Amino acid sequence: MTVTQPGGSTGLTVLDEVFTTARAESRAALIAYLPAGYPTVAGSTGLLTQALDAGADLVEVGLPYSDPVLDGPVIQHAVDTALRGGVRVRDTLSVVETLAARGGRAVVMTYWNPVLRYGPEAFARDLAAAGGLGVITPDLVPDEEHGWLAATEAHGIAPIFLIAPSSTEQRIASTTAVTRGFLYAASTMGVTGARDAVSDTARTLVERARRHTDLPVGVGLGVRSGGQAAEVASFADGVIVGSALVSAAEHGRAAVARLTSELAAGVRGNHTGR
Amino acid sequence: MSTTPGGLPPASAGLAEHGHNPDAGGHFGRYGGRFMPEALIAAVDEVAAEYDKARHDPEFLAELDRLQRDYAGRPSPVTDARRLSEHAGGARVLLKREDLNHTGSHKINNVLGQALLTKRMGKTRVIAETGAGQHGVATATAAALLGLDCVVYMGEVDTERQALNVARMRLLGAEVVPVTTGSRTLKDALNEAYRDWVASVEHTHYVLGTAAGPHPFPMMVRDFHRVIGLEARAQVLEQYGRLPDAVLACVGGGSNAIGIFHPFLDDTAVRLVGCEAAGDGVDTGRHAASITGGSVGALHGALTYVLQDEDGQTIESHSISAGLDYPGVGPEHSFLRDVGRAEYVPVTDAEAMDAFRLLCRTEGIIPAIESAHAVAGAVRLGRELGPDATLLVNLSGRGDKDVDTAARWFDVVDPASLPTEEPPADDAGAGEREL
Ligand SMILES: Cc1ncc(COP(=O)(O)O)c(C=O)c1O
Repeated sequence: MTVTQPGGSTGLTVLDEVFTTARAESRAALIAYLPAGYPTVAGSTGLLTQALDAGADLVEVGLPYSDPVLDGPVIQHAVDTALRGGVRVRDTLSVVETLAARGGRAVVMTYWNPVLRYGPEAFARDLAAAGGLGVITPDLVPDEEHGWLAATEAHGIAPIFLIAPSSTEQRIASTTAVTRGFLYAASTMGVTGARDAVSDTARTLVERARRHTDLPVGVGLGVRSGGQAAEVASFADGVIVGSALVSAAEHGRAAVARLTSELAAGVRGNHTGR
Repeated sequence: MSTTPGGLPPASAGLAEHGHNPDAGGHFGRYGGRFMPEALIAAVDEVAAEYDKARHDPEFLAELDRLQRDYAGRPSPVTDARRLSEHAGGARVLLKREDLNHTGSHKINNVLGQALLTKRMGKTRVIAETGAGQHGVATATAAALLGLDCVVYMGEVDTERQALNVARMRLLGAEVVPVTTGSRTLKDALNEAYRDWVASVEHTHYVLGTAAGPHPFPMMVRDFHRVIGLEARAQVLEQYGRLPDAVLACVGGGSNAIGIFHPFLDDTAVRLVGCEAAGDGVDTGRHAASITGGSVGALHGALTYVLQDEDGQTIESHSISAGLDYPGVGPEHSFLRDVGRAEYVPVTDAEAMDAFRLLCRTEGIIPAIESAHAVAGAVRLGRELGPDATLLVNLSGRGDKDVDTAARWFDVVDPASLPTEEPPADDAGAGEREL
């Protein structure tokens, strides 16, 4: 069963709109990550709402997991706080539901085991019902998808996989072939965390991806300023910001709004320094 | 293939084809595989390809055999534990003495193989996770021997309870990084090692210390440890003219167990018994028995039995033994359990420490607390099977590193003379704990 969004479209088509709109405006989309449950469930809903209101085109709602091997200290700490606060998988779904109800566009970013435990089919169903548009799975490669592609397709949401600078041409080809919505290009070899400079590997990776797919390509890992966002926006379709926003979240909603506005200006090519 | 003392199979024989391999994606039945970031897929592909070349390269095999023989001291003997037998229903208990290997445990088997592989891949740095510190010590040792830089990640809790091994690693020139995230034990050390590897993979090899993680590690680590079972099988056959009725080993990630079990897989009359750490008891929730008390999930790269809650969050494990204090298990064990070829039994902290004391007192061998779990399993099984039974136990390591923990448990020293930590709180148990 495909869940129909308001306006008669599926999660997948809404996600497509995010990127076609940005393209029409000759800019990249801004994608903001924050984990559900940090600092509390209501608090995270507020922060994500703030990010959407301040110019994020799409949010990634992080599903907290006990063993986040691809995350650096900032996100580890936030997720740890969320888990110690008792956040549950269903809380992530309800955060998505609240955001979607007020017109926000959201995907979920989750390590695979919570989905496996929930049941991939049930997770796709419930996320679609909540109004979520897709799922980014940083530790699931398509080789191990076991029914996930079918489940996401059945419910009209996007399975979003990652490519990395170390990916072979063959793996970029096979990964892009099954990814929907947008492709997540991990800009550097490393864990999440704000970095001082955008690496050259990001541009190269996006160029490599484009030889295999027409999917929009979002670049994540390390972006923290309007200047960096502008730089990434010059070669990618989406600029993904995580750790920097989580750090801002420590200072409250106003700090998140401020950074998001700076980044939103950045993806439009307007930025005031770095 | 080179010859070994006593005409026993050399380490390289463990790498020969044996017909019990996972599929091309590293699956043992439904278990195993690669549940890991795309960024590391190229690295594990490289390891798999290099291992495949190495296992067919006579030069690599000869070098592995030379190091195992002249450096690590293989083959390890099998000891007939006659006085222990009296406490095990009169069953014959044979100890495979991996505790006598250089560095004091079975871990060196895998590390020598992977360190040689690191050189073959042209990498200059190795990283490792460690719980008890035995794998860290073995990795630091091989790094010193082969001139590699070495960083070992170790949970902060473990750096305290296995302080001797921290000192050993540092003496050997390794950097030891205490991990302060999560439960601050082995699982968190693994997380940190992965985080290092994803950023350093160009020049670094991750020497995973157990038969777990993504393909090819469960298969490759197993093969490097198969020499344990190959030797033991030949030794028991030759000395006693029969195969054992059961083979027992402790199971943390499962490397010493799979190493000794594997060459017996086709001997279907031989029972294979994995002893899991039951901590305070499986029903208390404070344990590390992933197969007995866990459920199927993906952790650290493989689909396998894990300790997890209903949301798929990893539950912290508990064991007096740092090397078994891990909420997952190698995927081949999950497979062997499901097909019924191996059985997995829980052994509590108290049972393991009783067996620890028993082995000290009856045989003059101070075992690693990890290995004491297997001894406890053998004592239990011997009482069940009686004097006609022959039990082969993998004594995976020696207990020097555990002297502090054991001294506290048994109250044999003035607690004030020991660093940090309180002596065990429950006075009721103190009598039982006297050494
Ligand atoms: C002596 C000894 N035995 C057993 C283990 C458990 O590991 P595995 O289950 O991989 O054999 C360890 C781990 O540190 C160990 O040091």
